Amino acid sequence: MSAAAVTLRLGHLYPGEMNIYADRGNIAVLERRLAWRGLGLEVTGIGIGDPIVAGAHDLFYLGGGQDRDQAVVAEDLARTKAGALREAVAGGAAGLCVCGGFQLAGHGYTGTDGSRMPGVGILDLDTVAGPTRLIGNLVIEAELDGERRSVVGFENHAGRTRLGPGSRPLGRVVQGHGNNGEDGLEGGVTGRVIGTYLHGPLLPKNPWIADTLIGWALEHRTGAPVALAPLDDTMEEEAHAAAVARATRRRGR
Amino acid sequence: MTAPSVTIARAAGRLSRRLGRGGGTSLPGKVLLKLRPQALSELGRELPRGVTVISATNGKTTTARLVASCAREAGWDLVANTSGANLLSGVATALLDAQGRRPAPEAGLFEVDEAALVEVARQLRPRVLLLMNLFRDQLDRYGELEHLAALWTRMVAELPASATPVLNADDPAISALGAGRRGVLTFGIDDTSVALDALPHAADSTRCRLCAHPLTYDLVSLGHLGHWRCEGCGAARVSPDVRATRVTLHGATGIAVRIETPQGPVEAELPLPGLHNAYNATAATAAAIAMGIAPDAIARGLAASPAAFGRGERVTLDGRRLVLLLAKNPTGANETVRTVLLDPEPPHLLIALNDRTADGHDISWIWDVDYEPLLARAASLTLTGDRAHDLALRMRYAGHPAERMTVIPDPEAALDHAVATAPAGGTLYVLPTYTAMLGLRETLVRRGVAEAFWRER
Repeated sequence: MSAAAVTLRLGHLYPGEMNIYADRGNIAVLERRLAWRGLGLEVTGIGIGDPIVAGAHDLFYLGGGQDRDQAVVAEDLARTKAGALREAVAGGAAGLCVCGGFQLAGHGYTGTDGSRMPGVGILDLDTVAGPTRLIGNLVIEAELDGERRSVVGFENHAGRTRLGPGSRPLGRVVQGHGNNGEDGLEGGVTGRVIGTYLHGPLLPKNPWIADTLIGWALEHRTGAPVALAPLDDTMEEEAHAAAVARATRRRGR
Repeated sequence: MTAPSVTIARAAGRLSRRLGRGGGTSLPGKVLLKLRPQALSELGRELPRGVTVISATNGKTTTARLVASCAREAGWDLVANTSGANLLSGVATALLDAQGRRPAPEAGLFEVDEAALVEVARQLRPRVLLLMNLFRDQLDRYGELEHLAALWTRMVAELPASATPVLNADDPAISALGAGRRGVLTFGIDDTSVALDALPHAADSTRCRLCAHPLTYDLVSLGHLGHWRCEGCGAARVSPDVRATRVTLHGATGIAVRIETPQGPVEAELPLPGLHNAYNATAATAAAIAMGIAPDAIARGLAASPAAFGRGERVTLDGRRLVLLLAKNPTGANETVRTVLLDPEPPHLLIALNDRTADGHDISWIWDVDYEPLLARAASLTLTGDRAHDLALRMRYAGHPAERMTVIPDPEAALDHAVATAPAGGTLYVLPTYTAMLGLRETLVRRGVAEAFWRER
């Protein structure tokens, strides 16, 4: 299959519940950047109780939700989707999991009351609720496919996430807290699945990550590496630079 | 109360004004509460007609001004914080400023920040507590909506039986606060002509508060407000005590409402545009009824109240009419978009995004706003503020071409550009976040076309 007429198939997990941090901005970026290259994006919402059809998706998206919704989602993920999702990513499908979605992509989440919410384990990491929320602008030095870039966004999470040997970090914290505020790491990557606390949303100011995900998903779709046509990212770069300047300046006013 | 603490705190306010540090709308209260932590309840107790407190994510400043206007029409002498200083210190400053005033004020009327509300209510013991809505707003500051809803539930449960909670029947989260309580007054909109086609993307709170089943809406009016019911457990919106039965939107300039109350109907034309102001008028009417104000005074009060600063306020600059429409969270911004679209002319737009403490540091909310219908009709688009470049990306990924927008982070330069782009005699719609609005107003005050907010009544 040539890349010329390809439509990528995005499985948007729990669009009704996991959308608290403007997650639709990430989807809009994927859609536009594909369209500008003459490629399509077909978004399928996968909600509570819906099965994941084997081989039907090149890319999955899982965003963040309110605590109440996240508990409902965790239970449904474990019961109706975990196996199929693990198989899909083992078969080379890409994934982006943000904030609450990042936590659920790991092994699980232990609350302050000791309660345990299961994860799907497509990333090797585990999360424990901390005593305070880690909030603020976040700048990291990220590495994907051997390339290093500055990535910027906003974090707001109570969970302290620690990586196991099966996931490597998305990047190192330059400014902000990251996974747990202690080890200087941010996010987690295994295969073609990226998890991160960065929202803002993530992709508009970091189109490099969007294009990496698109490249991975196209490779899943077509079976071969695909070279993406470059785009004019002047506005993205301006917004990125302004956000980094804002993050490294003193907070407040 | 006369105490040295009062004298010192008032001196601090005069000093603040003289030093040009704004209107001194918070500092004296801060000093007072430091010197005398129980001052709020002491000063509140001195008011013979008691205190009314108003809170909401959106609409509290405008609604407080409407209620104040109704109370004045009824001949009440009020102490109020209508300048928008709505934390504990702002309320204390307003009470402090009223000390020694002749005639002595009879009642207090305060709009209070959602997060500060629980403490203000505990200290002030309001006789009427108007709670209007809870929308997703500043997650980094207020936390999740669920968190605030839980705090408010406890607060309402702890109100004395003599107090009247005035609750929005159309907001499932607010309506639930009155469960099991007697003496609640409810309000809502019953005019079906205001309905949206579907729940907007930014809608929150769309699951049943009792059984978590997704809610069914027979009518969506605004955000997640509307005529809701749960097919899971049978919970449903109550038919409200105070209900707007006719809402007419006069373009982007004003509204007319007919509101039925247990004391008789209220009809009024307001110079405030948009459906959100119909909610504000209905909420204000319900609060005024709970305070014991008669419908004829309410009708006069609604009609007489000008727009609050930055909230539908109009000024003229260089022959162009500027309409300032504060837009600080997804639902509020969606309503300003809806209001601007009521203008039959393609709108000239200046959108300003700051990320300071009072705005919230997290600007991701702009991606939850439905700007698309506005962009489709925009005659010009100027973007400004600390995060102007983020706004530009939001519009770019909405499909708006780069050559049809101008990005000028400096607000004053952006204002001049946007004004010059609009034709003489035309209208420029300004959609700023809170601190961006204050900054733009400072410019307008300096140029002599607007009044400083602390000089407004």
